[in-house]
Amino acid sequence: MAERIISMYEAIAEAIAQEMERDPRVFVMGEDVGFYGGIFGATTGLWKKFGDERVRDTPISEMGFVGAAVGAALEGMRPIVEVMFVDFTGACFDQILNHMSKIQYMSGGQLKVPVVLMTAIGGGYNDAAQHSQCLYGLFAHLPGLKIVIPSTPYDAKGLMIQAIRDDNPVMYFFHKGLMGLPWMTIIEATWAPVPEEPYTIPFGVADIKREGKDVTVVAVAMMVHRALEAAQKLEKEGISVEVIDLRTLVPLDREAIINSVKKTHRLLVVDEDYLSYGMSGEIVAIVAENALEYLDAPPKRLAVPDVPIPYSNTLEDFVIPSADRIAEAIKELVS
Amino acid sequence: MPVEREKLVELYRTMLKIRLFEERVAEIYWEGKSPVFNIAADPIPGEMHLYIGEEAVATGVCAHLRPDDMVAGTHRSHGHYIAKGGDLKKLMAELFGKKTGLCQGKGGHMHLFDAGLHFGCGGIIGAGIPHAVGAALAFKMQGKDNVAVSFIGDGAANIGAFHESLNLAAIWKLPVVIVVEDNLYAISVPKSKSTAVKSNAERAAAYGIPGVLVDGMDVMAVYEAAGEAIARARRGEGPSLIECLCYRYRGHFEGDPQLYKPEGEEEEWRKKDPIPNFRAKLIREGILTEEEANKIQEEVAALVAEAEKFARESPWPEPEEALKHVFL
Ligand SMILES: Cc1ncc(C[n+]2csc(CCOP(=O)(O)OP(=O)(O)O)c2C)c(N)n1
Repeated sequence: MAERIISMYEAIAEAIAQEMERDPRVFVMGEDVGFYGGIFGATTGLWKKFGDERVRDTPISEMGFVGAAVGAALEGMRPIVEVMFVDFTGACFDQILNHMSKIQYMSGGQLKVPVVLMTAIGGGYNDAAQHSQCLYGLFAHLPGLKIVIPSTPYDAKGLMIQAIRDDNPVMYFFHKGLMGLPWMTIIEATWAPVPEEPYTIPFGVADIKREGKDVTVVAVAMMVHRALEAAQKLEKEGISVEVIDLRTLVPLDREAIINSVKKTHRLLVVDEDYLSYGMSGEIVAIVAENALEYLDAPPKRLAVPDVPIPYSNTLEDFVIPSADRIAEAIKELVS
Repeated sequence: MPVEREKLVELYRTMLKIRLFEERVAEIYWEGKSPVFNIAADPIPGEMHLYIGEEAVATGVCAHLRPDDMVAGTHRSHGHYIAKGGDLKKLMAELFGKKTGLCQGKGGHMHLFDAGLHFGCGGIIGAGIPHAVGAALAFKMQGKDNVAVSFIGDGAANIGAFHESLNLAAIWKLPVVIVVEDNLYAISVPKSKSTAVKSNAERAAAYGIPGVLVDGMDVMAVYEAAGEAIARARRGEGPSLIECLCYRYRGHFEGDPQLYKPEGEEEEWRKKDPIPNFRAKLIREGILTEEEANKIQEEVAALVAEAEKFARESPWPEPEEALKHVFL
């Protein structure tokens, strides 16, 4: 049978639909998730199938509805709550930071909070400082939250089903530029074969997207694709690049990173999040702690240089790592 | 009190400025996005939320403001900025992402700031309300008679910041006016699905402040209600809330298919279009002749064309400027 090719937003919506069918405790809420199907399409078709009761449009009240997801989860439901852009979690940060992530621990393990909070990340289309952030590093820093960041439709579906079945709070970040939306710059990899039947992908297992022997590049989301593009270019120049897609930051597949660096002896971390105090620093620290003696060169990081994402094309292109700049950084590492 | 002719003409001119500016912005926006819509395509990239249809609100309110009064806008703020007396050239250049733009290409369409005009806006719903309350607090502490105005959509009236801000403003008797623009929707969600009150004006009572509901398609109705609220604030009598019932003729953002709007709804609201209706009224009442009205139209169109030319011819920021302004 021919493989079925779908986009990432369809893969996410399909995962949710299948879990809603399987488990009556699963429901969805958020702004424009109903009739509209979510601004980024992640709830396409759900409202038609499941109706107002289980697919709830909310008012613009993030503190209220994210907190309500926590409350509903405490009473045995399994809410999926969409915060349209990760930037808007500012409006409900207390619920995430002090409640969703901590109640299980504070209650001595009596209570669980199986909420999936899904939200859009990423720039590259001039939406500027309040609509282009990634911020997963910020949430990964908080104990108690699982952090999922798919980069392909296949992973998006398997990781979403895994997230819904997980008894812990999960933050699920999808990159707008990878969803396969008709109004974004088209990235071929956002349409891919996805099985129709439900399946899960365990958390904490990185995906080696491309084997290589000269340098390890670690990335998530859009940067995985930019790194692959860079790797492909460099192949012609005789540089062999290994690309690792972490897929989840918490739990983190430390083994995969360490083993790869032990093999290639060089590390580049590429991140669309801010440079300092984030994912890139964490990974470099893990390598320094576990494989320092294997390194032939100091590790490198390429990330947004600690400025908010600017609006203008010339400025935005300068701060978000491009395939060309990734290739340059790799060349510097191997030279 | 009868309104002077000059003021009436100014109201008309301002509404027209907003309308013609934004109609041109829409054309330029789509110019870069056909045949294939790509949101990142120049000359005006990114999301675009237009104010077309709602001009009477910003115009009627800002007509009472001085340059040193503060305005906190929204994600849909070209109209608020223009009504406050903003610079069309710098505004247009910012939309293009040029160095000469209001924010040197850093802010863009949703993040317009003009320090000289005490104007700011942003993309996070409701976040401007506490800023206006804080500005009003500053005015009061500084012994000034200035006011701060926060424009928000009806959707924003559901966010926590709205309620906390109204309460603060009320207990501290601050010179702030909250103007709610009820254009029936928050993206696709109709007001009936997001609040159980008929009008946000009713909510004012919960905080012990005056609240009124006005026809937001009638610039004179807005002008009068805002005049009272702003005068009250200047006199030190505290905050108030005005809800203006209006309609956005376009999608929430450019490219929104608007499937959530019932058929025929826009046609009904077109009959109430604040601009042709006000023009007809001014002519009917002998305030303007047909020729004078046409002349205003030409003058405003020329200003918009000039702004566009300025934006197109302006230089891009240097890429490295991205690293400037985190700290000063
Ligand atoms: C805190 C926050 N939540 C959600 C959004 C996404 N969003 C942008 S505009 C909008 C609807 C706003 O509706 P309303 O306040 O009525 O203003 P209108 O667009 O109708 O002018 C939403 C939900 C946001 N920008 N900020």
